Amino acid sequence: MTLDYFANLLGPVWLPVWTLAKIVAIVAPLLLGVAYLTYAERRIIGYMQVRLGCNRVGPWGLLQPIADGLKLMFKEIVIPSGANKGLFILAPVLAMAPALAAWAVIPFADGLVLADIDAGLLYVMAITSMGVYGVVLAGWASNSKYAFLGSMRSAAQIVSYEIAMGFALVGVLMSAQSLNLTDIVQAQAGGFWHWYWLPLFPMFIVYLVSGTAELNRAPFDVAEGESEIVAGFHVEYSGMAFAIFFLAEYANMILVATLTSTLFLGGWLSPIPGVPDGIVWLLAKISFVLFLFLWFRATFPRYRYDQIMRLGWKVFIPVTLVWLLVEGAVMQTPWSYLFH
Amino acid sequence: MEFTSLVFYLFSAILVLAGLRVITAKNPVHAALSLVLAFFTAGCIWMLLEAEFLAITLVLVYIGAVMVLFLFVVMMLDINIEELRKGFWDNLPLAALVAILMVLEMGTVLSGSYFDYAAPLAKPEGYSNTKELGMLLYTDYVYPFELAAVVLLVAMVAAIGLTLRRRPGRKWVDPAQQIKVKRGDRIRLVSMAPQKPSASKADEEEEA
Amino acid sequence: MISRIKHFFDTFLLTELVRGMALTGRYFYARKITIEYPEERAPQSPRFRGLHAQRRYPNGEERCIACKLCEAVCPALAIQIESEQREDGSRRTTRYDIDLTKCIFCGFCEEACPVDAIVETRIYEYHGEQRGDLYYTKDMLLAVGDKHEAQIAQDKAADAPYR
Repeated sequence: MTLDYFANLLGPVWLPVWTLAKIVAIVAPLLLGVAYLTYAERRIIGYMQVRLGCNRVGPWGLLQPIADGLKLMFKEIVIPSGANKGLFILAPVLAMAPALAAWAVIPFADGLVLADIDAGLLYVMAITSMGVYGVVLAGWASNSKYAFLGSMRSAAQIVSYEIAMGFALVGVLMSAQSLNLTDIVQAQAGGFWHWYWLPLFPMFIVYLVSGTAELNRAPFDVAEGESEIVAGFHVEYSGMAFAIFFLAEYANMILVATLTSTLFLGGWLSPIPGVPDGIVWLLAKISFVLFLFLWFRATFPRYRYDQIMRLGWKVFIPVTLVWLLVEGAVMQTPWSYLFH
Repeated sequence: MEFTSLVFYLFSAILVLAGLRVITAKNPVHAALSLVLAFFTAGCIWMLLEAEFLAITLVLVYIGAVMVLFLFVVMMLDINIEELRKGFWDNLPLAALVAILMVLEMGTVLSGSYFDYAAPLAKPEGYSNTKELGMLLYTDYVYPFELAAVVLLVAMVAAIGLTLRRRPGRKWVDPAQQIKVKRGDRIRLVSMAPQKPSASKADEEEEA
Repeated sequence: MISRIKHFFDTFLLTELVRGMALTGRYFYARKITIEYPEERAPQSPRFRGLHAQRRYPNGEERCIACKLCEAVCPALAIQIESEQREDGSRRTTRYDIDLTKCIFCGFCEEACPVDAIVETRIYEYHGEQRGDLYYTKDMLLAVGDKHEAQIAQDKAADAPYR
C-alpha cells in the first residue's frame, strides 16, 4: 500500500530508487555479517586452540570488529615505489566488486531475490570467476616478489579448482533441470532427505572443498602463505586498501556458504516436512557451512603446492566426471527418482 | 533515441576503445587487461541482444579462465618493448592489406541478405535462451558438436604430448606415494621399563 | 590388496580428516587456559627479570663500586658507566645508564655483579611515552631500588640457597 503510494509519487525514478533500496538491504547486512564473521573466526579458532579469543572491546569483545575497522580506516595507504599505481588501487576494487555483484541472484526466501534470472547459476559462476583478477593484479602491481609469487599461485589454483567446481554444479543442474536458483531450491522440497547433498554426496564434498580452495582459505591458503611468502598478494597493502581485500575474502566466504546451502542443503526449506520454511533456515545453514570453514582452518595444516594441484586435477575432476556419468546413466533408468 | 540504443552505443564505444588499447598499450599487462574489458563489454552487448547464455559463457570462459592464464603468462614475460616496436612500420603494407581485406569481407557479409531482417520477434513468456541452445546443440547439431569436442580433445592431448619432456636424472616426489605412507611404516614404538645407568658405566664415561 | 582397498576407502571417505576435525571439535569444549591479564596474573618466580634497579646498603651507601663487569658482559651493549674517585677515596660511578630499549633482559648484569648492586626486579608494567623515557639513568635506577628494596631483598634471600 505505502509502496504503491511512493511508486506513484516518484514516477519513472521509482524503479532505480527501489532497486537501490533493495541493493542496500542486501549489502548492509552482508557487510555487518562480514565484520562479525571475523569476530566469530577469532573466537571459534581461539576456542579450538584452548584460548578465549578477543573479549576485551565491548561486552564479550563484540565491538572488536568495529575497532579494527576504525583502525584500518585511519591508517595510511602506502603505495610502494615502483608499484603500478593505477592497478594497485584498482586491484582491491576488482576483488570486492564480484563478491558483492554475485548476490544479485541469490534467493533468500521464496520470491525474495533481487534479480530472478533464468541463468542465475551461470551468472554466479561467471561473476565469481572474475574475483581472481583482484588477487592477480594486486600481486603484479605491488612490484614485490612475495606478492608476485602469491598471485601466481592464486591464479593457477583458482583456475584449476573452478573446473571441479563447475562439474559439481553440473550435477546439481542435471538433478534440478534448471539454472534458476529459486527453481533449484524448490526442486529440493520435501525435507532433509530430499536435499541434493545426499544423492550428490561426492559433488557436495567436492564443491565444499573446491569452494575452500577458491576462497584461498586454509588449508589452501598458499596465495597468502604467511610462513613462506609473508602475506602473499597483499603484502604491500595497508589501511583501507588491505581492509577491502579482507572484506572481499569474507564476503566471498559468505557467498560460497550461501551457494552451498542453496544448491545442496535446500536453501530456505525447512529440514522437517510440516515446519514452515523461511529465511531463518537459510541463515542457519549458512552459519553451519561458515562454521565448517572456520573448523577446517583450525584443524588442517596448509597443503603443499604440488599436492593442491594433484588434488584438483587428479582427484576432484575424475571424481566429479565419474559421478556425472553415474548420475546420467541412472537418470535413464526407472530409478531416476533417486536423483530428483 | 531509445534507452537500449543509448546503452548499445555506450558499450560499443567502450568496446572499440578497449580494443584499440589492446594494440596500442605499451605495457603487455595493460593490453591484456584491456582485452578483458573488451570481452566484458562484448558480453554486455550480447546481453542486450538477449543472448544471455552466450554472454555469460563469454565472461565465464574467456574472462574467468583464458584471460587469467594469458595474464599469468604475460606477467612472467620480461619483454623488451622497444625491441618489439623496431620493425613496426616495416610491416605496415602487409597489415594494411589484411585490414582492407577484412573490412571488405565483413562489409559483404553484413550487407548480404543473411542479415537483412527486421527487429527480432518478441520472445514468449518463459522462453529460455539456454534451453533452446541446448536443444539445438544436442539434437540437430549433435554430430558436429561431438566432432568439435573430439578435435579439442585431440588438440589438448597433442599440446601436452608436445611439451612433455622426460628429463633423465630428475628428482621429484609423487604426492600420491607420499600420502600412502602410514605412521606404522616409519615409526616403531618400543616399550621399555625405566632404568638408571649402572654406576660403573657412568664412571667409565666420566673418565673418558 | 586388502590394504589398498582400505587405503582407497580411507582417502575417499576422508576418515583421517574427520578424525582431525573431531579432535579440534573436542578441544572446542575444553577448559580454556587463557589468563585474562589485568584481572588475573601468572605466578612469578623470585628470579623474574623485569625492570632494573640499583641497590643500597642498609646504611644508605650505594652498592655499586664501578667495576664495570656488567657493562662488559652486557650482550646488547645497553649499559654505560663512567667512574671517578670520590673525596673519601672510594671508587664510585658518576654515570650509570641502562637503555631499556636495547636491553634484552638476559640478567647477565645481575649475575656478573660482585656486590649485588644491579638487580632485575619483578616490575614488568612500565612504559615510556617519549623516545627518551626508557633511558634509565643512575638516579632513576636508585629510586626504583629504594622503592622496592623490601621485595628485592626477599627475592635475593629466596634465591640464595641455590647459589
